[in-house]
Amino acid sequence: MNDKSNPSPAIEVHALNRRFGDVLAVDHVDFAVNRGEFFGFLGPNGAGKTTTVRMLTGVINPDGGTARLLGYRAGSLEAKQITGVVPETSNAYLDLSGWRNLMLMAELYGVSGREAHQRGSALLQELGLLERKDSLARGYSKGMKQRLILCMALISDPELLFLDEPTSGLDVQSARLIRELLQKLSAAGKTIFLTTHDMDEANQLCDRVAIINNGKIAAIDAPEKLRLLTSSMHSVEVSFSDAVSPDALEGIDGVTEVTKLGDKYRLYTASPGELVVSLVDYCSSHGLKIVSMSTLTPSLEDAYVALVSGGER
Amino acid sequence: MPDIVKAWRQVRRSWAIGMKDIRIYYSKGPVVIFGILFPAFLFLAFFIGRNLALEFMMPGLLAMVVFFTATAISPAVTPWETQARTLERLMCCPVSFSAIILGDIIGSFIFSVAISLVLTVIIVAVGLAAVIQLPILIMAVVLAVFCFSSLGLIMAAVPTSSPSTSMMLSSMVKFPLIFISGIFIPLGELPVWAQAVSYISPLTYFTDIARNCIQNTNHLPVYVDFLALLGFSILFLVLAMKLHHRTMPKRI
Repeated sequence: MNDKSNPSPAIEVHALNRRFGDVLAVDHVDFAVNRGEFFGFLGPNGAGKTTTVRMLTGVINPDGGTARLLGYRAGSLEAKQITGVVPETSNAYLDLSGWRNLMLMAELYGVSGREAHQRGSALLQELGLLERKDSLARGYSKGMKQRLILCMALISDPELLFLDEPTSGLDVQSARLIRELLQKLSAAGKTIFLTTHDMDEANQLCDRVAIINNGKIAAIDAPEKLRLLTSSMHSVEVSFSDAVSPDALEGIDGVTEVTKLGDKYRLYTASPGELVVSLVDYCSSHGLKIVSMSTLTPSLEDAYVALVSGGER
Repeated sequence: MPDIVKAWRQVRRSWAIGMKDIRIYYSKGPVVIFGILFPAFLFLAFFIGRNLALEFMMPGLLAMVVFFTATAISPAVTPWETQARTLERLMCCPVSFSAIILGDIIGSFIFSVAISLVLTVIIVAVGLAAVIQLPILIMAVVLAVFCFSSLGLIMAAVPTSSPSTSMMLSSMVKFPLIFISGIFIPLGELPVWAQAVSYISPLTYFTDIARNCIQNTNHLPVYVDFLALLGFSILFLVLAMKLHHRTMPKRI
């Protein structure tokens, strides 16, 4: 039962696992998502993201482990009633109008007619679909269909929202509209579980992210903290007045890796401040001039790549 | 929340799914071809030129229309939903898998009852045959349509995303049933072994009731026909729900 006086986390997952034949798609994962949190779920293709979402939304059953949504067993009708879902490979009914698609979802979630009309109109207005509400979904662009699917997920005003790559492959305007709405929903206290490949999106939207790889959680933390985990991914980008051998640059104290980028070099280091001093000394002693130099902190993408390739945590 | 309230909510959501099916699927080509044109052509092929009485032909026509309309779309709805990528969205809703299947049965039921009753009215109004026991015939149509719609959903349980595959498989079941159910040859004129085989077909019992109501001849007592149809209906409904419970997650 859902105990309101002692609120449980929005999502609690313990030892959740699922096998497809010989492949262990999700390998006993544990994590929790707090109420009101915007939680990102990242991972390469085949890492287990969608399988995890499908177990949480009750589309497939886990082989073992437990998952609870706002205190209810994942997959139960009670859990489904309080969640809205934008599945990865979902579509609206193309032979129904946008409005009829919305009203069908309202009926399936038990939303009263008046409430469904008010909320449906507001959602379509917010996502720029109101003028096309009576057109068949077949005539919608990909971005419009995805916005409609988001409206369908929100028609019941769910406490918890699962979105599996909602902006993947969309035009800039649709992706921006969806992100803006998600930010509003998050500000209004909704719990959002977002699966995405887009590191910038995760970085901008999420309070915390989990990175899943080969069915296991590789890391869970705030995006900024995850970036700091990959301390060796700090770098200094520098260009010189004359040609310099990469081997020579690798010999400078503190440099862990050198990458050539056009007329520049990117030098990876754990101590960017010390490396700048070393670089200045190196140029003085070799009669070189520095044309430009900047220090770069690791991005979430750098952290992600390091984590999924088994690099430093 | 009391179980009865929960169950009623699920039935209302099944109804919404049934109405959705009618809006989307029952205007598609296969309904017209397999549900209406096909039984009409089959009827003409077997009865034209054989100098048979209309009273003998009408129960057979009615049985074929009831059977073909109830199984025209129901075997293909779930594969269609899989192919159109709408099934996962449906499975995420607070609707049990059983309620989804019941909804598909409701859609098939309403459509097929409407078509079958229109045909019954035409038979009576035009005077093609005198219906001696109209209320019993209507009850039999309603029960048989439910039974055959459930049978159609069993055929839909094969976890394919191709409606044509499902239609082909369903044809392999439907056509043998047409020929062993007393539509073209009355049960009493069949050899004993063929009569025994005919009892495994639910269509046999509806055809027998229709002959009783129109021709005033029957092979089995009417109550036996009704009990058999009821038994098949329950069996098919339970089986359809159990099979889809097993196969629906495999479609995703």
